[in-house]
Amino acid sequence: MTDTKIETAPTLRRARNRWPVLSLAGAAVFGAWVFLALFGDLLAPYDPGEFVDSWDSLGPMSATYPLGTDYLGRDVLSRIMSGAKYTVGLPMLTAALALILGAVLGILATLVRPAVDTALSWFMDTMNSLPSTIFALVAVAGFGSSLPVLIVVITVLYVPSAYRNIRSAAINISRMDYVEAARVRGEGTAHLIRREILPNIVPNMLTHFGITFIYIALLLSGLSFLGLGIQPPEADWGALVAENMVGLSYAASAVLAPAICLLSLTIAMTLMVDAISHGKDG
Amino acid sequence: MGALIAKRIGLGLLTLWLVATLVFMVSGALPGDAAESILGQDATPETLAALRAQLGLEGGELARYFAWLGGVVTGDFGFSLASGRPVADVIATRLPNSLLLAGLAALVAIPVSLVLGIASAMKPGSLFDRLTTLLSVVALSTPSFLIATLIVLVLSVWAGWFPALANVEGASGIAGHFRVMTLPVLALSLSVIGQMARMIRAILLGALREPYVETAILNGASRLHATVFHALPNVAGPIVNASALSLNALISGVVFVEVIFAYPGLTKLMVDSVAARDLPLMQACALIFCAGFLILVLIADLIAILANPRLRAR
Amino acid sequence: MDDFIEVRDLCIDAGKTRIVNNVSFTAKKGEVVALIGESGSGKSTIALSLMGYARPGCRIASGSVRIGGREILSLPPRALRDLRGRTVAYVAQSAAAAFNPAKRIMNQIVSPTALHSTMPREQAVTKGKALLEELALPDPQTIGDRYVHQVSGGQLQRMMAAMAMINTPEVLIFDEPTTALDVTTQVDVLRAFKALVREKGVTAIYVSHDLGVVAQMADRIIVLRGGEVMENAPVDDLLDRPQHPFTQGLISASASKRLELPPVADDIVLECRGVTAGYGAVRDGMPKHPVLHDIGFRIPRGQTLGLIGESGSGKSTLGRVIAGMLPSAKGWAKLNGKELDLADPARRSRADRRAVQIVFQMADTALNPAQTNAEILGRPLTFYHGMKGGERDRRVAELLDMVRLPASLAHRSPRELSGGQKQRINLARALAAKPSVVICDEVTSALDTVVATAVIELLVELQRELGLSYLFISHDLGKVEAMCREVMVLYQGREVELAHRDVLTHAPTHPYTQELVRAVPQLRRGWLEEVPASTRRSAGATH
Repeated sequence: MTDTKIETAPTLRRARNRWPVLSLAGAAVFGAWVFLALFGDLLAPYDPGEFVDSWDSLGPMSATYPLGTDYLGRDVLSRIMSGAKYTVGLPMLTAALALILGAVLGILATLVRPAVDTALSWFMDTMNSLPSTIFALVAVAGFGSSLPVLIVVITVLYVPSAYRNIRSAAINISRMDYVEAARVRGEGTAHLIRREILPNIVPNMLTHFGITFIYIALLLSGLSFLGLGIQPPEADWGALVAENMVGLSYAASAVLAPAICLLSLTIAMTLMVDAISHGKDG
Repeated sequence: MGALIAKRIGLGLLTLWLVATLVFMVSGALPGDAAESILGQDATPETLAALRAQLGLEGGELARYFAWLGGVVTGDFGFSLASGRPVADVIATRLPNSLLLAGLAALVAIPVSLVLGIASAMKPGSLFDRLTTLLSVVALSTPSFLIATLIVLVLSVWAGWFPALANVEGASGIAGHFRVMTLPVLALSLSVIGQMARMIRAILLGALREPYVETAILNGASRLHATVFHALPNVAGPIVNASALSLNALISGVVFVEVIFAYPGLTKLMVDSVAARDLPLMQACALIFCAGFLILVLIADLIAILANPRLRAR
Repeated sequence: MDDFIEVRDLCIDAGKTRIVNNVSFTAKKGEVVALIGESGSGKSTIALSLMGYARPGCRIASGSVRIGGREILSLPPRALRDLRGRTVAYVAQSAAAAFNPAKRIMNQIVSPTALHSTMPREQAVTKGKALLEELALPDPQTIGDRYVHQVSGGQLQRMMAAMAMINTPEVLIFDEPTTALDVTTQVDVLRAFKALVREKGVTAIYVSHDLGVVAQMADRIIVLRGGEVMENAPVDDLLDRPQHPFTQGLISASASKRLELPPVADDIVLECRGVTAGYGAVRDGMPKHPVLHDIGFRIPRGQTLGLIGESGSGKSTLGRVIAGMLPSAKGWAKLNGKELDLADPARRSRADRRAVQIVFQMADTALNPAQTNAEILGRPLTFYHGMKGGERDRRVAELLDMVRLPASLAHRSPRELSGGQKQRINLARALAAKPSVVICDEVTSALDTVVATAVIELLVELQRELGLSYLFISHDLGKVEAMCREVMVLYQGREVELAHRDVLTHAPTHPYTQELVRAVPQLRRGWLEEVPASTRRSAGATH
């Protein structure tokens, strides 16, 4: 046995924890958006619904209106800040809800009778294999589009993938000898899940949260773009792109700015997910 | 093997039934029925009853479910509320357009993704690989509606090379079709290539670490030969399976591409039917998408079984 | 005769670390040169460089490799491809992984002929079948039509050699080709390889960690450590007069050695009778897939019972039944004179669980990477003995000291430890419970020879200090002989012999035991020729 391994280990661990520059940049951008989701309404320079400049709709960027005005002469910056709570907040909320529900069901499934587990897993696989956009459309047609409906529908749509992912990670871990050792020691189920299994699937959960966040952000902005998501007078970034489409031909900032914000959000999250999943492998 | 395939097909049918039931339950969840929503404020009990009879809405929830399910099995989806025409007829005019669009996009996306995925997996960390990875990340983080919008902006509005609207009915000849189809197909392929190339790269990278690939190289095979003839066949199953799942991206891509280019396809029809609350039409559209999706997943599953000698021998 | 292979000042880097440093050696035509060393010694890396190949992440930094006078390292890619599989061929450690699972084996055996356009396919297949016959494979005409999962490990290893020989190469590289095999299978494979090498007159590089195996195959042995050559000598010189202290240590660790054991006691700690167990639903006292049949044994206090058998013999299953991880279908056990529940281990009392502890084979998967060593060792202290705070911390330090580890490791993660250190933590966790019986399931098989010997010695010291009783499960007769007075031999789930170690090694009664004892490679030349051919089906069947 050599002791060299011990000496080099802490540096290795630090290297493993160090994120690549791009991912750190992603984290910074993402942090800024989360901040805006929380305080955007308070910080917005104008009332997002006010026709501040109704004579000059789709106005250019200026000192008064940093990102120009929209097709009704409202301040684009204020509308983006106000929409952050939907475009950033809703995916955060629903991805977290789906992850928690999926994880709870996934871990419970490994504890119940095998027949129940099989049936539940088949149901979840079926749900998971459905085209999510189509099903979201069906649900919006059935229930109408409102904030509570969107939250419930999107959460339900993404529980199955969380279930599948967390369950398979948990099963892999529960076959490890250290879990077996704790089981023969006589440890209870709660200890097994909390101390032996959960800490080892945290990276999987974080990665899954990030990927789900991206999918939901894309889905939600898409629904709003179709006019079936967030309803006026409120607007998320997808809706902002849609309502200012008339400005597309001359590349008005009212249509480009929310599009760029949306892109920066999803790309930032993708970069963070990359860093987390690489850390998991190392 | 026969038993395994029969089991998959049986499960597929069961899944389809479950999906149909879900579609029926979710879409009919709102109180009030189609008759009320059509007549609106003009409704009198008599006119409502008459319209319900015409639309086949009498009886309880369960009776309606079975009547609907029976119709679905025989291909009778009822009548569109908006146009009054049989749903099957309305769909028949739109479905070929969507299939053409999706098919052409697949024809472009699959070879491009394969080449990108293989090339970047063969030299991980190279400039080409990093560039491909970066572009895939951007492509799969971009909402399909933005991709389509940007393509319209650049190639139609600024460059003026192609029309912004895909008026397929008005196009004549191969050249005319090429003109109207290019932008929608481009938009749709771009929205799936990122995801597919990334996935092929990841799966292939795993396979390239297998000792049998090293064996091929140590037998004198070139890296390309080892990748294409040794690694790729072994991961054909997983790649086909994962491709079937990225159909999810393709379908949602179709939705936005059809809407933005005003392309007369099935998803455009569905979005319109959702906005108009034309339930019979929307249910039929949703079912067709789910069935098509499940069939493709099933085919992928069967290919995966056939590609694996261990499963084939069963 | 001139040197046919000439390696000069070879340096290979992995990232920024030098893993092979200034290695030089030569081999004459027809000579078999062995590269021996422990994991991380660079032996496989050096062997692969003879094909101008470095594994992903590695880079040949400098030096020269000449084969038949031609420099390999500066060859352009095209010429390098011509060399591989034609002039120099490779037999991998695990043929099960090195063959493509989706293709018929014969198609792979002849693939080098297609890659190099050396002969038409029919001719290649005929030659392939002839090679399979030479390598003593059953049904040489048809066995090549099978897939990897339909052929046993020993057969696959020989089929890999057939693939390597198909283009009649001048140099053959064997990379630990028998490490994954049972000893009784290994003998047959070694014999086939040796005949092949002698008959074809190829020059061979034989990579191994096992000095006994190398002694049979090689003309010359090169001992490697940390990427450097420690010693380079003809076999007899090296075995009889090792010069370097590292070689001397390796030889003494490889030699069968019997440790002094504590005196026999009358007091029986654990007794089992009629244990039958397996997997699947139990019907009429028989599981659907029975693994163990009617096993019985007694372990006196402070003593070790050895349990030996090949893979699939059921030895680990027996350990799992005793440990309470798998219910038995039949049989009973008494622990310290009281009944131990084998049929429904979930009903075992906490005292019974504490008294029986198991140490797993793979320390990597046996220690929770999300916990520190102190947490891993502290949990059984709290769970069984109610210890908390400073009392527990002191006990953790004592336990670390017991397994000869510094107390400073307490707050490290097991991921930061070496293989031998992890296995010690693994053992300390079992000791934390203050058990009566410790089940050691192949605890040394993932370790290098010298480290494994140290762990065995530690086990015996602890036994003497703490009066521990062990059930020591191993496939390695040398280890079992070293530390067990009584040994039970399992074969296909049945007990075929239970005897004192002297009887077992000198006068075994059961044919399987006799074969097993004969099959253990010995540290002298000519041993392989003395072993009679296997009496059982050739080299094991499909698993």
